[in-house]
Amino acid sequence: MTEQATMQALAALVPEGSRVLDLGCGDGAMLDYLQRARRCSGYGVEIDDANVLACVRRGVNAIQLNLDEGLAIFEDNSFDVVLQIDTLPHLRNAEVMLRETARVGRTGIVAFPNFAHWPNRLSVLRGRMPVTRRLPYQWYDTPNIRVGTYKDFEVLAHKNRLRILDAFGMQEGQVVRWLPNARAGTAVFHFERAA
Amino acid sequence: MPLLATTQFQHFSEPLALQCGAVLADYRLAFETYGRLNAERSNAVLVCHALNASHHVAGVYEGREKSEGWWDNMIGPGKPVDTDRFFVIGINNPGSCFGSTGPMDTNPATGEAYGADFPVVTVEDWVHAQARLLDVLGIGQLAAVLGGSLGGMQALSWTLQYPERVRHAVVVASAPNLTAENIAFNEVARRAIVTDPDFHGGHFYRHGLVPKRGLRIARMIGHITYLSDDVMNEKFGRSLRPLAQREGAAPTTDDPAALLRDYHYSTQDIEFQIESYLRYQGDKFSEYFDANTYLLITRALDYFDPARAHGGNLTQALAPATAKFLLVSFSTDWRFAPARSREIVKALLENRRDVSYAEIDAPHGHDAFLLDDARYLGVVGAYFERIAKELA
Repeated sequence: MTEQATMQALAALVPEGSRVLDLGCGDGAMLDYLQRARRCSGYGVEIDDANVLACVRRGVNAIQLNLDEGLAIFEDNSFDVVLQIDTLPHLRNAEVMLRETARVGRTGIVAFPNFAHWPNRLSVLRGRMPVTRRLPYQWYDTPNIRVGTYKDFEVLAHKNRLRILDAFGMQEGQVVRWLPNARAGTAVFHFERAA
Repeated sequence: MPLLATTQFQHFSEPLALQCGAVLADYRLAFETYGRLNAERSNAVLVCHALNASHHVAGVYEGREKSEGWWDNMIGPGKPVDTDRFFVIGINNPGSCFGSTGPMDTNPATGEAYGADFPVVTVEDWVHAQARLLDVLGIGQLAAVLGGSLGGMQALSWTLQYPERVRHAVVVASAPNLTAENIAFNEVARRAIVTDPDFHGGHFYRHGLVPKRGLRIARMIGHITYLSDDVMNEKFGRSLRPLAQREGAAPTTDDPAALLRDYHYSTQDIEFQIESYLRYQGDKFSEYFDANTYLLITRALDYFDPARAHGGNLTQALAPATAKFLLVSFSTDWRFAPARSREIVKALLENRRDVSYAEIDAPHGHDAFLLDDARYLGVVGAYFERIAKELA
């Protein structure tokens, strides 16, 4: 399963025993995995009732909050790692959340669908917004209100004084390091605040 | 077969020193238990009650069909707090009028009813009293303590006063203290009671009187604050009371004719359904609730403030807690607003405690914590499921 492979590739970036905050943690699968496989602890933030229920059911700490209202509940530097996996495109204020991620965590890991993946480019060249397995929504009903590319994120990270520790693409569960902006459906960035 | 409830009483002759400096020399606690204590004595769940409730949290009394406990939708066989797996204890706090020693009991010092002389009791005092009952029942550590509103304050207090005796705390629709507005509502209710000519400085029992007018108004105010504007509008709107409805009868809704009839153009008759509803609730309440108990319990609400001893720093105040927490709030609850629950969550996060928080988008205001909502009951049920798994 490629999702499992992506989860493991992301988990590999999280040091053993880290204190983790997972923003938009979904059903808590990632945190559950990190707790069991990498002795991590932490919390997930979710807005959806069914996901909060799923987290509680599997024994993952879940805090029900709307990320668009900010992370005031979390102190500066209170986590080793803050995850944002497929969360950024859903946020009205994606840049603020990126800054907040860098504020509450010593490091951040962001993964999101890369709009510059070649099938997406091809679709736009044909004149239509892409509808793919990775971006399965029509343009008029997509929850991804902030679509961007691998390269776009590099620029945004630089603008916000984030130092990129590692960056790569993921495609079909494989890490893509050669031309990730064109060859990967998912962009992954591991960063810390520049001193 | 419905769960059968039986009230038990435990007498304590060892004096209970209260926060106010007074001592309850001799007292009794009313309680009920449901389910079975396991051999390890590890499956006990304590349920703390709020303002106008009691130890009767679940089940019915034998031969009395409509006597369900106040949290019967939450607690019972196969329910979110499953009495097939947990040994659940409902307890009545001292100062109450439902069975534990309270203002209506005889003051051993005077041989008369305590009345207004019943000492002021606090959330902390209640927790100490509850702990003594657990000692008698042979329960060293609770699997969980659970409460809503003022009951949630007791659950929180448990984790601070007896951290080693609580594995989990479930705090629903509660707050780390009351806001000024909240104290203000309590004060209006208290003034209504105290200024009722039948109150007689709290010694109305000797006159064979009950300050019903005060109690009615106290209840009406309370009721308004437990609901939301939306739910009140939906339930009553501007509907007029049907002509046929008797004074003091339960209000009926959904009568289309009631909307259309002419106004009475009276300043004192019941005109709107909401008035009828509030008067009905007030009347009912004044028949069974003790005025001194109302004063005591609202005061306990006002005084609760664990951060006070820490210069207002809640994070410091919650440092002793080692329990794991579930907090639940309701979006339209303006008396115990979600923001207040989030303060508790924040303080727990800063202490690096295990905590989950569900904010249920429900229209029913503070009352939501007593109502059926699949998301609310679901998340509490899932949490207790996890606790049950730890037992196995």
